[in-house]
Amino acid sequence: MESMTVNRVRETDRTFPLKKVVYNNTIRVENLDVFIDDQQILKDINLSIPEKSITCIIGPSGCGKTTFLKTLNRMHDETPEVRVKGKVYVDDLNIYDKNVNVIDTRKKMGLLAQRPCPLPMSIFDNVAYGPRIHGIKRRKAINQTVIQYLQYVGLWDEVRGRVRSSASRLSIGQQQRLCLARGLAIEPEYILGDEATSALDPLSTKKIEELFVKLKEKYTIILVTHTLRQARRIADYIVFMYMGKVIESGPTEEFFNSPKKQLTREYLSGSFS
Amino acid sequence: MKYLEEKIFKIVMIGAAAIILGVLIYILGTIFYKGFPSLTWEMITSIPGGGFYLGSEGGVLNAITGSVFIITGALIISLLISVPLVMYINFYLPHKSILSGIIRFSLDILFGVPSIVYGAFGFALMVYMGIRASLLGGIITVGMLIMPIMMRSLDEIARLQPRDLPDALLSLGSTKYEMTKVLLRQLMPGLMTAILLAVGRGIGDAATVLFTAGYTDNIPTSLNQPAATLPLSIFFQLGSPVEEVQNRAYASAIILTVIILILSFSARYFSSKFQKNKS
Repeated sequence: MESMTVNRVRETDRTFPLKKVVYNNTIRVENLDVFIDDQQILKDINLSIPEKSITCIIGPSGCGKTTFLKTLNRMHDETPEVRVKGKVYVDDLNIYDKNVNVIDTRKKMGLLAQRPCPLPMSIFDNVAYGPRIHGIKRRKAINQTVIQYLQYVGLWDEVRGRVRSSASRLSIGQQQRLCLARGLAIEPEYILGDEATSALDPLSTKKIEELFVKLKEKYTIILVTHTLRQARRIADYIVFMYMGKVIESGPTEEFFNSPKKQLTREYLSGSFS
Repeated sequence: MKYLEEKIFKIVMIGAAAIILGVLIYILGTIFYKGFPSLTWEMITSIPGGGFYLGSEGGVLNAITGSVFIITGALIISLLISVPLVMYINFYLPHKSILSGIIRFSLDILFGVPSIVYGAFGFALMVYMGIRASLLGGIITVGMLIMPIMMRSLDEIARLQPRDLPDALLSLGSTKYEMTKVLLRQLMPGLMTAILLAVGRGIGDAATVLFTAGYTDNIPTSLNQPAATLPLSIFFQLGSPVEEVQNRAYASAIILTVIILILSFSARYFSSKFQKNKS
């Protein structure tokens, strides 16, 4: 599957590869409990996330949004004090199954962190890093991939003459788009955003949001956000979490206009945050 | 009262700075004043002739080469051990693991061991292994001396790395090894500092090489031959009753200082060059 896409990149000159629809790209979470030491952070989460759409996870600070997101690309593996119980099906495969390769899982999930963290190398190498470690050797293919994704995130025209200079010289908004390009270059099937715009200025935020809307044609996107307005602007579905539990979830319109739970109504009206 | 405090503290701080600068200038001044007249081209290009320690012809090339050989070998050994270890305790082991605690504690102990103890231990080890005082013995012992210094300073910097970068690398699907390679680039300036500290300490130490590397007037041509070192050369020359030879000791001290300065500046240069493409 991986080589298939690579071939396609080579054939089609500088066009964005159409995502292959092989599986039903969905995430299904069943009875998920997450503990840090003895404290239970996530409590019995059951959720399914629709494909090719933006799902926003909202909720007050400390409700477990980020913990939930990290569960999806198994970043908890790196911290031994975190225990994950339950099942997370990605493309009908439980990623917590013993014989599932964690690298494959992470490759499938492009993560966009809260603060952009460019790798200590040039702009070009930042985007090329993913394809390189995942086995693409041909220089031409890498060049094409890099240019294509930089174009896709609208960074190419801004950095055209200086792709070989250090990535940390970019503005923070540019860095975040670079990180998005870097994540897309490993050809994930899902995009996870952990408050990906909270460190950015309004203009950069707008650009990233527009990109997310554009990206949902090809990817399933899950965003953690703490700005309700952002969720309202770009989300197709909303998941509201509180104290480690999913309180309510549903399509955006329905969620904001006619929330079913009392707690949701209070949160939306700003009684607590 | 408030302002008095401020003033007193200011005086203390400036005084401390003045003392440090004064000591440095005094040391450098002394060795240059006494050693510079004796610092001839012959000093650095020839080995001691017969009766060198009584005032006749010769130089300390034997000690310069010996010191450089020993520190190079020791540096290679300690890099080969300390870099993987620091990577292991910082990037492979989980954050608050017991094993990394034990390793750090042992490093702290090793760091505090006096160099003469390393010398004695190295000597005992060599007797056990049947090696006589030689370049190899010196390399191993100095390697043991500088390893904890290097590891500790590298570890300090590695520990201060923010978690963002490792997380970013892992979420791109890097293996730990691929992640470590990138992080090591990030740590390059720190590694340079660590090397510098270690080399500065190792090249100037006399106690470790006293029993293990021995002393000779010749340039060692194999690992089994004894090797002279600058600190010991300075020691022997200072011990001479002839004043001219004593002054040569100061000239040798200048050579040692200059070697360390060259290393220091080149390390700075390379690490800043490396950083250009980084931050």
